[in-house]
Amino acid sequence: MAYTLFFLLSIVCIGSIIGMIATKNQVYNAYLLVLAFASMGGLFALLQAPFIAAVQIIIYAGAILVLFIFVIMMINLRQGLPPEKKKWTYYFSGGIAAVLAGELILSLKGTFSIEPSAPMENFGSPTRIGRLLFTEYLYPFEITSVLILAAIVGAIVLVKKREKK
Amino acid sequence: MSDIFWLIPFVPALSALILAVFGTKLPKKYISYQACGAVLISFGISIISFIGLLQTPQQNYPLVKNLFTWIHAGLFKANLSLQFDPLSAVMALVVSLVGFLIHVYSVGYMAEDKGYSRYFTYLNLFTFSMLLLVMASNIVLMFVGWEGVGLCSYLLIGFWFEKHSAATAGKKAFLVNRIGDAAFLLGILFIFIHIGSGEFTAIHQAVGGGAVTQGVATLIAILLFIGATGKSAQIPLYVWLPDAMEGPTPVSALIHAATMVTAGVYMVSRLNSLYAFSAAAAEIVALVGALTAVYAATMALVQNDIKRVLAYSTISQIGYMFIGCGVGAYTAGMFHLYTHAFFKSLLFLAAGSVMHALSGELDMKKMGGLKKYLPLTYPTFLVGAIAIAGVPFFSGFFSKDAILTSAFAKGEYFIWALGIAGAVLTAFYIFRLIFLTFHGKERMKPQVKEHIHESPPVMTIPLIILAFFSFGAGYIGLPAVLGQKLNVFNQFLKLGGHEAHISMGIEWLLILISIAVAFTGIFLAYMFYILKPYVPSMMASKYPRLYKVLYNKYYVDEFYNAAFVNSTIKGSELIYNHFDLKVIDGAVNGTASSTNFSGKILSYFQSGLIKDYALVFLLGVVIFIGYLLF
Amino acid sequence: MIPISYFLILSAVLFALGMVAFFVKKDLITMFMAIEIMLNAANLAFITLAKSASSLNGQVIVFFVITVAAAEASVGLAIILLIFKQKKSVKTEDISLMKG
Repeated sequence: MAYTLFFLLSIVCIGSIIGMIATKNQVYNAYLLVLAFASMGGLFALLQAPFIAAVQIIIYAGAILVLFIFVIMMINLRQGLPPEKKKWTYYFSGGIAAVLAGELILSLKGTFSIEPSAPMENFGSPTRIGRLLFTEYLYPFEITSVLILAAIVGAIVLVKKREKK
Repeated sequence: MSDIFWLIPFVPALSALILAVFGTKLPKKYISYQACGAVLISFGISIISFIGLLQTPQQNYPLVKNLFTWIHAGLFKANLSLQFDPLSAVMALVVSLVGFLIHVYSVGYMAEDKGYSRYFTYLNLFTFSMLLLVMASNIVLMFVGWEGVGLCSYLLIGFWFEKHSAATAGKKAFLVNRIGDAAFLLGILFIFIHIGSGEFTAIHQAVGGGAVTQGVATLIAILLFIGATGKSAQIPLYVWLPDAMEGPTPVSALIHAATMVTAGVYMVSRLNSLYAFSAAAAEIVALVGALTAVYAATMALVQNDIKRVLAYSTISQIGYMFIGCGVGAYTAGMFHLYTHAFFKSLLFLAAGSVMHALSGELDMKKMGGLKKYLPLTYPTFLVGAIAIAGVPFFSGFFSKDAILTSAFAKGEYFIWALGIAGAVLTAFYIFRLIFLTFHGKERMKPQVKEHIHESPPVMTIPLIILAFFSFGAGYIGLPAVLGQKLNVFNQFLKLGGHEAHISMGIEWLLILISIAVAFTGIFLAYMFYILKPYVPSMMASKYPRLYKVLYNKYYVDEFYNAAFVNSTIKGSELIYNHFDLKVIDGAVNGTASSTNFSGKILSYFQSGLIKDYALVFLLGVVIFIGYLLF
Repeated sequence: MIPISYFLILSAVLFALGMVAFFVKKDLITMFMAIEIMLNAANLAFITLAKSASSLNGQVIVFFVITVAAAEASVGLAIILLIFKQKKSVKTEDISLMKG
């Protein structure tokens, strides 16, 4: 059952990203991204991180993607982008990415033999994460709230129309 | 209170700094007050320190104030330290007093000049440098002052730099001085090599203690003296001084008569133990001095430019001072320096007053009969002339007589004879100047004549004060025949050197001779220029060659031009064309073009496209991880 | 249970794919999305290792990464909007102000 789910989600995730690479339409790109993030959330849930999975779906698939779509609609490129002229960048960047993936997988060699640990009771439950966040990680948590506030103010200041004097 | 003497040079320095920074923004009146006030304060401190010095027991001389270590590189050590002893005291008093009077005079003389604040900046800077020169306690710091006064001299000679001749004269003074200064610097280096310290007390100890050989002492003494011939305008480096008269007249009075040009005499007196130790060097000093005294006086005979006559006179008088130093009578040399400072600055300032009256006229042939127009300038000028001519009871008589007596007493009869000959010439040319300027027919242009006026009080009052000193300054150094006790100056200075003594009778005889000589010169001038005014032109036509040689200053300038200046210019041109243009410019341009080329190549990496940067970044990551893995 | 190396390999592959997307796409918005994909790939590795080490710290870090990503997305998109206002384009070729 778990294997099935894992492979299903992996294929959906990888497939949607490949689709993103292949598609030119930005709106489709955004939808495919939602799909990728959602399947990623599923993977998180498989790894006993239900809270993070929920956050992933709410924030990424909900908030950030909505933002993306807003921007895409505001920019509103009617005619799609012209095809990439420099074809060699596809192959070159693809090659380098393959090399990078190979290197990363090679570096994971040591983890192949690690036995999967048995699922633990309540691991990753909102209660436990919440307790950690409000005790050990209180300061970073508070700082993050300030960071988000700064980002909101910054975004508003950047986009706001300047009043003509 | 005797500890404040180190402030003496720094008050004018501060004033110069303020004027240099804010000068153009300040009102003229304020500039005048500040510039004169600073020098007056220096003079006041000098007097206070002088009184303090008199109250200090003599074994504590010199008072030294060490401000800080200036240079310390291995064996070479120089402090910024000032000293105050009788010699420095005399110089500081003279420099600050004459300097103050000339500052005041300049207020009137330069009133209309547009470079007013610049002028006073330079003048204050000069005062600072000169005071630093005379108060430095080591030869390196003295050299700083020495170069400082040279720089100010250059700046002030070329003060009216729009005038080509002024700019050239400034350049000439600077370059000629460089020759002397190079030798001076060599002398300093030899002092450091052989003595190991530039402090004057250390030099005196080393020379007195026999730490240096006769040969080394002679070498150092001669090198330093070459520096002195440059600064003090002696043969063969005197050529710059007559041209220096291109500067404003008060500058000629202060720098090129009263103070800076006597720096060489001060230096020899300061290092008297060195010159006393090396007989050969002293002989050279005396001989150069005596030759210069006569040689410059002969050139003064035929000049028509009022300031040039005085310039040659200055060269000649400094020659006398060197005679004094050369024969071991350092006090006599310093005494003449001290009296000369007053009467020569008086003569220059009075000449400036004449020029002022005649709208800048310098040619004596276009003067004459000015006596009645300039009721204050004439008598003061006359006092100065009498003093320099060596008429008894005036300051110049006492000091010149002291020098000549010492020379005679030392057995230097040839030098004494040259000195006497110079004295005749001196009396002659200075009274020629008087007669041509103030007596006889009025030869001015009519439009000039209309505007003749006596100078304002700000100019005449310094003249009167200086006239007073020109008359009275000699009474602190009366000749030995009137009693040793009376020579206060001698007892105060107490410089080394062995002054030979001669019998009373001979000394009286020498005094009579110099009196006779002075009057002979004056009488000759009277005869030539008042009684028989046709004689000079007759003489000139009778001995045309001699006249021409004298008038053209022995063609020395032409010789120097041909021998040194032109060859230097030619050589420089050659080097410029072949070395500078091709090698140096080529190297510079090559560097620039190769930088440009590599910049062009490298700028391809700076495409401005995010992806290219990211690609390079990614490549780096891949290579780095690969390196970690394998 | 599924071995953790599966997840890690998946994470590496997703990262490489995100990289490819970044280089292949030419408009800023999609490139930005590609960056988000790479961030998520890293998150996956974190969660996997948290499970393997049975420590919740990894999950907390992912939580922070997500918040920071949200902040970053808002500011980044604002900047993209500004660029579009000025250049009337979001193509990277058109943005080469720093060209040497």
